[in-house]
Amino acid sequence: MTVNRGKVRWQCRRSLLELDLVLARFLEQEFDRLDDSQVADLEDLLRCDDYDLWALVNGSKPCEVDRWHKTVDQLRRC
Amino acid sequence: MGCADSLGAISVNVAKRTFDAVIVGAGGSGLRAALQLSEAGLKTAVLSKVFPTRSHTVAAQGGVAASLGNTTEDHWHWHMYDTVKGSDWLGDQDSIEFMCKKANEVVIELEHYGMPFDRTDAGKIYQRPFGGHSMHYGKSPVMRSCAAADRTGHAMLHALYQRNVRAHTQFFVEWMALDLLRDANGNVLGVTALELETGEVSIFHTRATIFATGGSGRIFYSSTNAFTNTGDGLGMAARAGIPLEDMEFWQFHPTGVAGAGVLITEGVRGEGGILRNASGERFMERYAPNLKDLASRDVVSRSMVTEINEGRGCGHDKDYVLLDITHLSPEIIMKRLPGIREISIRFAGVDPIKAPIPVVPTCHYQMGGIPTNYKGQVVIPKTGNPSTPVHGFYAAGECACASVHGANRLGTNSLLDLLVFGKSAGESVVADFKAGQLEFKPLPEDAAEKSLARLARLEFMKQGNTVHDVRLAMQRTMQKHAGVFRFKDLLKEGVTHILKVAEDAKETFINDKSKIWNTARQEALELDNMIEVAKATMISAEARKESRGAHVRDDAPDTPEHPNGRDDENWLKHSLWFSEDNHLEYKPVHLKPLSEDVEPIALAKRTY
Repeated sequence: MTVNRGKVRWQCRRSLLELDLVLARFLEQEFDRLDDSQVADLEDLLRCDDYDLWALVNGSKPCEVDRWHKTVDQLRRC
Repeated sequence: MGCADSLGAISVNVAKRTFDAVIVGAGGSGLRAALQLSEAGLKTAVLSKVFPTRSHTVAAQGGVAASLGNTTEDHWHWHMYDTVKGSDWLGDQDSIEFMCKKANEVVIELEHYGMPFDRTDAGKIYQRPFGGHSMHYGKSPVMRSCAAADRTGHAMLHALYQRNVRAHTQFFVEWMALDLLRDANGNVLGVTALELETGEVSIFHTRATIFATGGSGRIFYSSTNAFTNTGDGLGMAARAGIPLEDMEFWQFHPTGVAGAGVLITEGVRGEGGILRNASGERFMERYAPNLKDLASRDVVSRSMVTEINEGRGCGHDKDYVLLDITHLSPEIIMKRLPGIREISIRFAGVDPIKAPIPVVPTCHYQMGGIPTNYKGQVVIPKTGNPSTPVHGFYAAGECACASVHGANRLGTNSLLDLLVFGKSAGESVVADFKAGQLEFKPLPEDAAEKSLARLARLEFMKQGNTVHDVRLAMQRTMQKHAGVFRFKDLLKEGVTHILKVAEDAKETFINDKSKIWNTARQEALELDNMIEVAKATMISAEARKESRGAHVRDDAPDTPEHPNGRDDENWLKHSLWFSEDNHLEYKPVHLKPLSEDVEPIALAKRTY
């Protein structure tokens, strides 16, 4: 199933400014280059609780879901 | 605009949904209000732009104030005194009494909902000290803040959300409310809202409407607020003719990361962090010889801005100061401040173990908002009464002005505000409903037209100003002209500038015309709301010719006649800004408490 990119873009709105800033950079730098399966992985990752997501992004928590690795790595560089 | 025909066509497709009540916003106050309504059996819809547990309440770290007295002796009278003093006497003493008296009840309720508060060894809710909170009327610090580690807001929101799921509250997630609906007599009839997934507009026709849309901190260039804090409730209320109260009062947190805004908690200075200027001087020793870097937020923020304004800021543009923790051992930083290290590395490009963090005072919290009374009813001036309830309209939390924070909010009183007044607004709706006072008023035929016209304008505008450019112009104007320190000439210029930006905002256009999940359209609609808040702030600030709490003007200095620059004779009053013609009215501060259980807190100079 094709994921709606606008939907995923909107779901990058979070409760924490830290995440908003990282995800805004990600949307600007990476998002348009993602293929559909990567967008689906991102949508899946965005279902995380915000503090868990922030811990993944800042590296204080390891990423244990294989299909998130690439996206988490990209987010860590943003 | 050439789109009248299209408007008519769109209008036919507007679905009407009927509920007893609609709540706009699913942060702490919205969820607390929703619980009251759902548990009373009212058919309740909660609209939220984002999934409820992604509301900005999650970011609140400090705790929630309640005079439980679990760790040190405490009394709600002392909490009330601290809050009135913190407000620089602009807070309404009836609302403040109500909040402080209710604090224990709402906190214990939350405990029963499963909120994982920290505990004492005896198993009671653990309480910790927080700035501005004292025992015996300012004599010594008190332990009043109930917290769940440093994630109090997060734990609170999850507990409230789960409880709402249990109560079968109906959520409309990823729906954005567009406009407040009023009839010719001013009664509130509900809202229009856009479902992001379909792009369709619906009317929520209701007996009662509660706004719980949170703050608007994104109007400033440097803000600790998440992107979602765009003042939607305030914008909708203002466009519908409801005035906004005390919008000149904004709290700035001293230590936001320069250029990013991300908050560096006060705990860093608590661990020994020192603020330094360009020459490395610990400048707070000059401004607050006793408390130094741990002086109150407004004092530290103003000292930092003075350093920057007098040319002692750091960096190429000399526009920030440094927060230095390099003298702390790496072990302490790694152990006690790990999150701060992550934030500093990511957003300032600095490892605080090796180099100081660039920081600036950053917009954090709005004290003003939609005027309400302690019952959560929205009140406006009408036929000689400055606080006449608007039929069917209620508000709570940061978007509302009850007014408990007055000119300056104390830490931990914001989570308390949203619990107490979320519940109170909910109770008022239930009581008014049961008393038969909330009948469905008929919807005018053109109820959705204003919203449809806003959407049609974005649909048909082929050129104009980009949302990004107008938003940036607004944020820069607010930061420069209505920041931590306010100057007569800058405020005057600021009014001219912001009115110009507001004109530009009427001419925004978007390239993306797609119907569903159109984030560009979302941002344009949010800008419509932010610009109302920005105008309200600048115009109210320019007009208030005194210094009080967070509103500090250079032309209203500390003098024997006017301690701290406060002028009670002329300015002990609430501002009310009206969007229609940008005029201001004023209404008296409630200096009498709600009951005879407590004496009024007499006017005094605010010193710590």
